[in-house]
Amino acid sequence: MGSKKLWVGDMALRIQDIKSTNIRQIAENRSKLIHAFGALADAGAEIADENNFQDTIRTSLHLLLGSLGIMRGGVARYSRFESEMAMIAIRGLGEDFPLALGLCYEDERQFRQSGTYPIEVSQAKVLPFFQVYDQSLDNAKIDLVVPLVIRGELLGLVFLGEKASGEPYNSHDREIIRAMSRHIGVAISQRLILAELERKAEENRKLYDEMRLTYKDTVRAFAAAIDSKDKYTEGHCVRVGKYTEIIASELGWGNEEVEGAAVAGYLHDVGKLTVERKIINAPYRINAKESRELNRHPSVGYEILLPIHHPYSDVPLAAKYHHERLDGRGYPEGLYDCEIPYIAKIVNLADSFDAMTTDRPYKRRRPAAEVIEDLSRNAGKQFAPELVGALFRGILREAIGDDTDKRFRRLLGREYMETEGLVPMIKSALNNLGGIQTVSVISLG
Amino acid sequence: MTIGPEGHLPANTDANDPIADTIATRERTGNVRRIVIYAGDYLNRLSGESIERECRRRLNDGADEIVVNFSRTEVVNSIGISILTGVIDAAAMANARVIFTEVNEYTAELFEMLGLTRHIELYCKKD
Repeated sequence: MGSKKLWVGDMALRIQDIKSTNIRQIAENRSKLIHAFGALADAGAEIADENNFQDTIRTSLHLLLGSLGIMRGGVARYSRFESEMAMIAIRGLGEDFPLALGLCYEDERQFRQSGTYPIEVSQAKVLPFFQVYDQSLDNAKIDLVVPLVIRGELLGLVFLGEKASGEPYNSHDREIIRAMSRHIGVAISQRLILAELERKAEENRKLYDEMRLTYKDTVRAFAAAIDSKDKYTEGHCVRVGKYTEIIASELGWGNEEVEGAAVAGYLHDVGKLTVERKIINAPYRINAKESRELNRHPSVGYEILLPIHHPYSDVPLAAKYHHERLDGRGYPEGLYDCEIPYIAKIVNLADSFDAMTTDRPYKRRRPAAEVIEDLSRNAGKQFAPELVGALFRGILREAIGDDTDKRFRRLLGREYMETEGLVPMIKSALNNLGGIQTVSVISLG
Repeated sequence: MTIGPEGHLPANTDANDPIADTIATRERTGNVRRIVIYAGDYLNRLSGESIERECRRRLNDGADEIVVNFSRTEVVNSIGISILTGVIDAAAMANARVIFTEVNEYTAELFEMLGLTRHIELYCKKD
């Protein structure tokens, strides 16, 4: 009886032991899970943030290793093109571990099939990959290899060594490894998508640049074609394009807008293609009928340019309204100041400036002093004062050597730009134009 | 084991060197060259890798004992664990001892649970 009692007592003690062991294990498992979930949450945040790809992968590897206390590991990214795994993060694998590992078709197929299930190296010797790299994996003490498979595509591998505890990986560990590895896979996938987007964006940028170049060349060719109709004003459209560009850049416009303004200048007289050559080239003052014919060219130009899809929307408007004046005495519609599109005002000034500074069939070009005086007098009547100021500033900056492009020198000739007293004349004209221009003169010193 | 004077920050620190106030090397009697690491929060970020690099460098220079002081470390996250396993790995390769000191109770449990205590000597914080 006594021995039976003792036996019952032993049993009770053993049950108590089992209970307390279970409670300890449950508590430990809970702590492990909390720690692993922390790592998983950190990995998610790391991948969601806009971090450097290499840092993201290194951090993710740390988080994976640290979540289970794994002593060493690495992440490789797969290149299907090269059939190769390239190591992108390594911890403790030793200097001899290969940085690139080749894969054959069968390896790839098997890895894809495994999904993100960890493969035990000791039980995967049949795969060519494990036969080829048996020694390297053994030296680095790799226990598990986890294929990174996202949407059925093999993106890489994770290599994992033994746990610091020395315990084998259990099913909980494997689930945590799978979850963390998916994060790493997503990071690689995002990187690939981003790289592809960047490549396509670069391609598009190049294509756009080429198209823009072609467009600009076509516009210039068109301008030259318009100019060829008029032997006396040869190069007029090209020059107007360049003056328009200078004025726009003096106004502080961005590169795109300046380029658009130049195009508007190049094409402003496209309507003249439909005007009879003898009217354009008439070496005399044309009569009323001929004048009506000639004055149709802005509207005709607009009709020609409107159906064309320009990268800059105001090009047809510049052609239509480049003969309008602020005082409403221009044509074709007799618009007043604020009714006139701004680009048309710029082209109007550039057009007039070129007309004054080049020889025409019926009159010689006018000296610089007269041109400055004329433009100043008509500021506020025909021309917007701030535009006249912008043109003057462009000339002044070149005349005093602030602008080394020498664009006016090329367009007007060296002698014209070296007219005696040009700088004080322009400074004085700028001062007379009003407050904004006066400030600019002061800044030019 | 009590930790002694290496439990304090080294006097000669360089403000421009981010880990200068983290690592100090001291000679101990018996010709043991000891590295003292003040883990801080540094350990829990990618920048903590520099601690591991510095340890490896000093182990190469002949250090044979690494003391990691956790007096200013509230929590060690998974990155911290990974960096510490790197330090442990480096020390093992150099046959050096690793000692964790002034570890709080929660962190000590974590080290125990993950098996780090198999590779190190652990001394908890005194309450």
